[in-house]
Amino acid sequence: MIAGVNDTIEQVRALAHRTVTDVRYPIVKTYTLDPIWVLYDRVLRIDPQRPDDPARDRFLLSKGHGPSAFYAVLAAKGFFPVEWLDHVAALESPLGSHPDATLVPGVEMSAGSLGHGLPLGVGTAHGLRATGFPDSRVFVLVGDAELDEGSNHEAIAYAGAAGLANLDVIVADNGSASHGWNGGIASRFEVNGWSAATVDASDHEALYRSFTTDHPDRPHVTVAVHRP
Amino acid sequence: MVFIADPLTDDRQTLTMRDAWAAHLTDLVDADPRLAVVLADISSEMFAEAMKAHPDRVINVGIREQLLIGTAGGLALAGMRPVAHSYAPFLVERAFEQVKLDFEHQGTSGVLVSVGASYDWAEGSFTHFSPRDVALFDTLPGWRVFVPGHAAEVPPLLDRAVRADDSVYLRLSLRHNENPHAVPEDSLLVLREGARATVVVVGPLLDNVLEATADLDVTVAYTNTPRPLDTAGLRELAADTGDTIVMVEPYLEGTSAWLVAEAYEDRPHRLLSIGVGREELRRYGTAAEHERLHGLDAEGLRARVRRFLA
Repeated sequence: MIAGVNDTIEQVRALAHRTVTDVRYPIVKTYTLDPIWVLYDRVLRIDPQRPDDPARDRFLLSKGHGPSAFYAVLAAKGFFPVEWLDHVAALESPLGSHPDATLVPGVEMSAGSLGHGLPLGVGTAHGLRATGFPDSRVFVLVGDAELDEGSNHEAIAYAGAAGLANLDVIVADNGSASHGWNGGIASRFEVNGWSAATVDASDHEALYRSFTTDHPDRPHVTVAVHRP
Repeated sequence: MVFIADPLTDDRQTLTMRDAWAAHLTDLVDADPRLAVVLADISSEMFAEAMKAHPDRVINVGIREQLLIGTAGGLALAGMRPVAHSYAPFLVERAFEQVKLDFEHQGTSGVLVSVGASYDWAEGSFTHFSPRDVALFDTLPGWRVFVPGHAAEVPPLLDRAVRADDSVYLRLSLRHNENPHAVPEDSLLVLREGARATVVVVGPLLDNVLEATADLDVTVAYTNTPRPLDTAGLRELAADTGDTIVMVEPYLEGTSAWLVAEAYEDRPHRLLSIGVGREELRRYGTAAEHERLHGLDAEGLRARVRRFLA
């Protein structure tokens, strides 16, 4: 839970719309706002003053497209000045249409190409356990269309088999996968030994419950459904 | 008819580079809590004990190469030094975007260790050949490339790879020289001096080059750390051989030509690049036979160097 400077969802939504990002992604820009907001506002143990604390929880935005919501939440929580939001994707701006972890305080992974976050999250989850931080958690946000990438399924099968209990995945499901997910998204995880919850992406209490649900011996997925 | 069923072992070698690597890496993992090993089934039996001792640091993800590299990248994000390993084409080519994006682009680095090289398992043929690997690393910023020529060269190179801040690709092979050589860090080891050309040879092709040039008036310099290439040292040696250079590499022919050209922007030079051919041979047989087909045996090397100097 992080105390910030712009501390309501309405203020953060306004910040998200303040950003000027890629016009190729006009709708998806902010549909991830609700789960990211709930994470940073109520779940993640990260101190914006100590963004390199090795014990911190990690949030990996795998779906790097349309990062407005993510930038807005980070700004609202004080990771960088809100003024940065006015120049997104300009030549000298640290905030691009895809986030770069080496340029932005609080960004844990450089994203853009789909399907990298979940394998990176698997390694980070192992690494936190190996370096003495087994209670630190790794949250990876992927899109439902991003799940098309086979690298996710390599990670889903392995993480379930390995029982990576400090790994959480959020699937931001806006129904954009070209061929859909016959049988449901959650089933892809459950069949591999994950625990799973499917919730309405606008229901903050349901998101919070899923993000804080107990899963001591297996990874957990939250399918956050957004249907405009 | 004789098949060598296992592409990773060689009955004629008491200790392969892979054996030396696995034994030393196991010791290093025991000693260094920041070190991690990620495997994709290949060689996993060599780390069975280490996996039990360090379940979050010695990991086998199964036959999943994208996950192999991504997991290594994630371990690096958590502050660890990851060593990821598989058969060369699967380690480097199959998940090359992960190699590109999951280390340097994240602001981290890692160590990749391959076996199989250019034609180790000739019976396995093209799918298991990886002559392009070093050329691919040349497309990325910051990677070091180590190519040992003998199993005894592996432990010190692994020590350097693990200690380095940069990413390192360590390329192991069943092909090897009779004896190991200690190369001064990041430079060329001069084994013979001559006047007509400077022959730089990388890793396991050294013995073939020494035999091929035994009675030729050339300098022979050896390296097992071809990236970064010691082009300053090369220029110094070649200054005494009329700026005439032969690069002999156990991977794709011409891989280092761009570096030599870059080093000679200010000065004319002659370069003969010798390495593994680009064409798919569609032949089986043995690694020694493939070496001959690519003109990398002593006889083939000798013919090309003599033609170049004629």
